[in-house]
Order: sequence, then structure tokens, then C-alpha cells
Amino acid sequence: MNSIRVVEDDLMAEISINNLRKVFGDFVAVESSTFKVADGDFFMLLGPSGCGKTTTLRMIAGLELPSSGEIYIGGEEVGQKPASQRDIAFVFQMFALYPHMNVRKNISYPLTSQGMGKAEINKKLAQVAAILGIEDILNRPVSGLSSGDRQRVALGRAIVRNPKCFLMDEPLGALDAEFREHMAGELRELHDQMKATTVYVTHDQREAMQMGDRIVVMNHGVIEQFGTPQEIYDYPATMFVADFIGSPPMNFLHFEGNLNQGEDSVIIEGQKIGIRTVKESIQGSLVLGVRPEHVSFNDQSGYRGRVDSTEYLGTTQIVTLTTPNGPLKARLQSDLKISEGETVGLEFREELTTVFEHNSGRAISASIRAETNRHG
Amino acid sequence: MAEVKLQDVSKSFGKISAVIDLSLTIADGEFFVLLGPTGAGKTTTLRLISGLERLDSGSIFINETDVSEEIPSKRDVAMVFQQYSLYPHLTVRENLAFPLRSPQLKFPEDVIHKKIDEISQILQISHKLDNKTTELSGGEMQRVSIGRALVRNPSIYLMDEPLSSLDAKLRSDLRVELKRIQNQLGSTLLYVTHDQIEAMTMANRIGVLEAGKLVQVGTPREIYEDPVSLYVGGRLGLPRINSIPSSIFPGSPEGAQIMGLRPEHIELGKGKEAKVQRLEHLGDQTQLHLEIENHKIITITDIHSQIQPNDIVHIQPRNPLYFDGSGNRVR
Repeated sequence: MNSIRVVEDDLMAEISINNLRKVFGDFVAVESSTFKVADGDFFMLLGPSGCGKTTTLRMIAGLELPSSGEIYIGGEEVGQKPASQRDIAFVFQMFALYPHMNVRKNISYPLTSQGMGKAEINKKLAQVAAILGIEDILNRPVSGLSSGDRQRVALGRAIVRNPKCFLMDEPLGALDAEFREHMAGELRELHDQMKATTVYVTHDQREAMQMGDRIVVMNHGVIEQFGTPQEIYDYPATMFVADFIGSPPMNFLHFEGNLNQGEDSVIIEGQKIGIRTVKESIQGSLVLGVRPEHVSFNDQSGYRGRVDSTEYLGTTQIVTLTTPNGPLKARLQSDLKISEGETVGLEFREELTTVFEHNSGRAISASIRAETNRHG
Repeated sequence: MAEVKLQDVSKSFGKISAVIDLSLTIADGEFFVLLGPTGAGKTTTLRLISGLERLDSGSIFINETDVSEEIPSKRDVAMVFQQYSLYPHLTVRENLAFPLRSPQLKFPEDVIHKKIDEISQILQISHKLDNKTTELSGGEMQRVSIGRALVRNPSIYLMDEPLSSLDAKLRSDLRVELKRIQNQLGSTLLYVTHDQIEAMTMANRIGVLEAGKLVQVGTPREIYEDPVSLYVGGRLGLPRINSIPSSIFPGSPEGAQIMGLRPEHIELGKGKEAKVQRLEHLGDQTQLHLEIENHKIITITDIHSQIQPNDIVHIQPRNPLYFDGSGNRVR
């Protein structure tokens, strides 16, 4: 698909965050963070409530001033500039429309208030309406619109200004699951057409995986990991990331071990289990991380678990087991017959396992792209 | 615990029919989930059972007693709402004890103490019993709300999307916990939600509501594998069931106009050509967005698939479902 860019002057809108830090009194909301959002990226700030993601976004927007560090938008340092001088569009709750205005007026409002001429406004409005597929409702009052259309109008109002980048704070948070899934797809398609740099805050890992080109995972004000969705999923840098991403999350099997750099198997409960190569020597309390869909049943395997329960999910089922090293969930085909109470042999996809040091939670498996695992 | 039976129950608000001729029996000890989008009549049904709304017609029986005209407190039901409603000035223990000290129940204090100990252990909030509820996290507050319903041992628990205000992680933890608790207590529980994962993982049976009508009742597997309509087919399954004109592929039965095709029921590598529009990497699976004869279709492919946008792939349906022009199943 050709990219339709509303922007006439093709300005690069790379966002570069340099040692950005924010404290509120004694509380460190964001520890010194560094990352880069490439021009045209759909970029996700992901983490639980209170992790600092919204504060980071608000600093990029200019709604909070950094305690220290720099923010570059399109090469220009804007850290201490007010929001109005940053050429960004902030989308909060998408339902924030002016109820007394029709669709046309809602969308063109930012242009009218800039004092733009009528002919030009109409031209831009037509472009935006075409992108969003809302040409036929321009003269309708917003009060009677479906929630999907209201959302499109709110987006239209953000798009029409031609900002260098979009900042979005959980814009789909208030929607019910099914509609959220739909709007997420639509937002991503819109992004593929417009290619505008977008920074998007969410606590929903699925939303981040689904829409993002790149994800930053934050926890307690610290960047835990930075990478593409699949990298973060396959090669988590910390136990926090492994647990936060994925549903159900990664399983953690706890064991005591002694591993040498480059080793590709561990002995747990007397059984040899293949693992992704470890990048350093380590001993003591260790954790073997295995994603539920990388577990399979194999009677030949000496590593065994007892089936506690099964949860049917349509395409697949989640089987909960007890192993000598803790509980384990496996995602298996739903037509596989499994009885509660039976004991089964377990096998893991070794190239996608991760070994962690228990105390620090740090991954010691060699990652395929080690340079993406940055700590803030 | 009790069996709850609804017989031809209807309720309108002005010109809007919220619930239409709904009949349903929830078995003693069953975890029953009413599933439907906003406005399907889920909450109204729940409020009719609790007595917070009056019936226009029909009857409601709890343990074979007609309670249609009874006031809420006489019906012996316990409700949990979406928003936790705790007494902020009371401790967790006092909040949990509150329903047991009500004029109707008036349990002796030693019984109250014992019940709170039991429930707080099940809910894993024993260590917070003496905290003010304002000192709790969102998840803990919702567990206390659920606990306040659980201490009562009523005929039926009615829960209205109790997990929807929590964040994703906590929601999935509490889902498992709630199912475990219900199992352990052997309670009858009616749970309404629009969240299909909640419905599939917790329900013994699901009732699907469409615009006030109960259109299908069955186990999660029955509803998923054998939906009576395209609407029901679309309620369970993520990504959603695809619907395309049945004429695209040969072999459709007489009367069929729409083919409903689950994403996992599409074989790649043979059949008709489709163009790849985009890929969605979800970690555990990669979703392939395709276009076939101007219709969008989603399927699932290997996580590390080499397929690129604009590639041409071949697809072939496996076990498709067929529907007529108005979406009713054609077998």
C-alpha cells in the first residue's frame, strides 16, 4: 500500500530520549532513561500502573518538565519547551469531543483556532475524512455517533493538524475487549497509511505486541528491555519482562545449578534438559523459563509433571501441571485428550528457553541480539 | 446453594426491550456465564434475579420457590459489582463482617470470626485483615468485595463483570482464583461478562445473549465448535471467525450464503490464491491478514514465518461452518 502522507514538508520526526529522569519530591518516577523512536515507528511504552510510562509520555508531550536529561524531536531539543511549541498531537481518551459541534467542526477545530483559511481547511478535512472513511458523516452531530465513529472523529482531530508525531495514552483503555481488538487493528492500519511517528502508552501486553514496531518495557521507573515484540517475547532480558509479556506468562522452574559459559543443557531432578546457550558462568539459585506454547508432552521424557487442570480456549487449551520445580502451564491443541491427575513426560523447545539468575532476575542465556537489551 | 430457574422472563424500559422471553435453569453448584456485548441484556437479567428490577412478565424460582415478587433481601442472593463498593472507614475485617451482622442474619461473633478466617485464607488476604480498605491495591479491594459476597453463603452469587476494572495481569490471576473458589465452595454462580476469555475459562456452561434474547446455551466447547448462528460464532474465538461469501470455495450446502471459517481452520499451501496484507506478531502466534477476492480473512501462521506483506499464498478451508443470508446456521 502506498503511504498517504498528509505532511507536505517531509520532516523527519525521530524522537530521541537521552538520560531522561523525573522525580516528584522523594519519589523517582522515571530513572535515567535512554531510547530512540525511529521516524515512522509505532512505538509502545509498556508496563504496569506506576511504572513511569505515562510520566515519560507526558515529558515527551511537554506536560511535565524533565528533572534532567534531554528530549529531541526531529533533531531539535525540546525538553524545556512548552507543549504548544512541540508540534505533537496528544490523544488521550478518544471520546473527548465537543458535544455541541458536528463532525466537521470537531475535526477542523484545531485548524480554525490556528486561523487557517477556509479553502485549505476544507482540503485537509477531505483528506482526513478519506483516510478514516468518515466522508458520509461529516455533517452529523457527534452525539448520535457509534463509539467507533466517535473514536475515528477524535483521531481525525489529531491527524488534521499534521503533527510531527502522535502521543497516545491508553486510547483504547475504556473500550470492551472485542471492540478494542477491532480498533487496535484499525489504528495500526491507519498508521501503515500515514507512517507518522507514534508513541503509545499501554499496560496491555497484547495491545503492545499487536500494534507495536518496537516496545519499551518499564517497571518502577526503569527500562527493563527495549526491542521488537518478537525479540522481547522470545528473549526476555529479565524475569519481570518474561512474566509481564505473554498470557499465560512464561513458566519459571526453580532449581540449584552450576553452569559454565557456553553450556547448552542443565540437570534438573536428575534429568538432562536442553537450553539456549548461556552467555556466562553462574551457580546457585537459578530459574529455567519456558513459555507455555513451548511445552509438549512426550512419554519418552524423564522430566515429569502431574496434570492439575485444563482450561478450554477454543483453538488451544491451557493445561496446568505440578512439577518438582513448581507449577507449569502448557498451551496445547484443544483436541488433545488430557485427564486430570495423570502424570506425563515434559519436553521443552530448548532454543526458546531462558535461564535466569534467581536473585537479580537477570537472563543469562545468550540473546540473539544482545545489543537490544539495554538497561536504564 | 440452590438451583435458579428463569421462566419466560421479560423486561422493557420504555420502548426498549432489554430482556425478551428468557428461560434458563442454572443447576445447583454450576458456574454459569452470560456472555454478550454491551446492551445485550446481561446486567438487566442479573438485576431481575437479584430483585433490583421488577419483572414485566415471567417468573423466577430459587430452589423451586417463586421469588418473582420478593424484595431483594428476601431472595438470599449476593451480588458483586464491577466497581468495588467497600466502606472506606472500615478495616478489611469489618467490611467482611458487615453483611453477617445485618439485621436479617445477625450471626454470633465467634461464627463471624471463623467465616472471615476461612474466606480471607481462600482469597489470600489474611495478612491484610486489619488494614483500612483505602490502604489496599485495586486487586486486593476487589478480592475483599468478592469476599464480602462469599462470607454469606447465599443461594446464588450474582457477579457483574467483577474483574473488568482491573488491569490485564491481575484479571487473569483472579480468573483462576475465582474458578477455584467456586469449585471449592460448590457455589451456584451467575457471572455476566463481555469478555470471552473469562467465559471460556470459568464457565461450566455459557449462555449467549443477543439483543435481549438467549440464543444459545452450552459448554464452552459446544458454543465454540457448534454455534447456531454467525453471531454466536463471533462471540468466542480470537482472532474472530472469518465470514466470506460461501461461493468463493466450492462445496457449500444448499441455502448457504456465508462461510464461517475459524482462523485455525485455514490450511496454507494449497487451494485459492490470497494476498498477504500484513502480519501481526503476538509472540505465541503470528496472525496473517489476507485478502481473497476483495474479502479480508485472518489466519494463524508459525511464529517465525518468512511470509511478507504482498506475498501471494494459497489457502484452503478445513471444517468450515455455513450460514444463510441472515446468519443462521446451515448444516
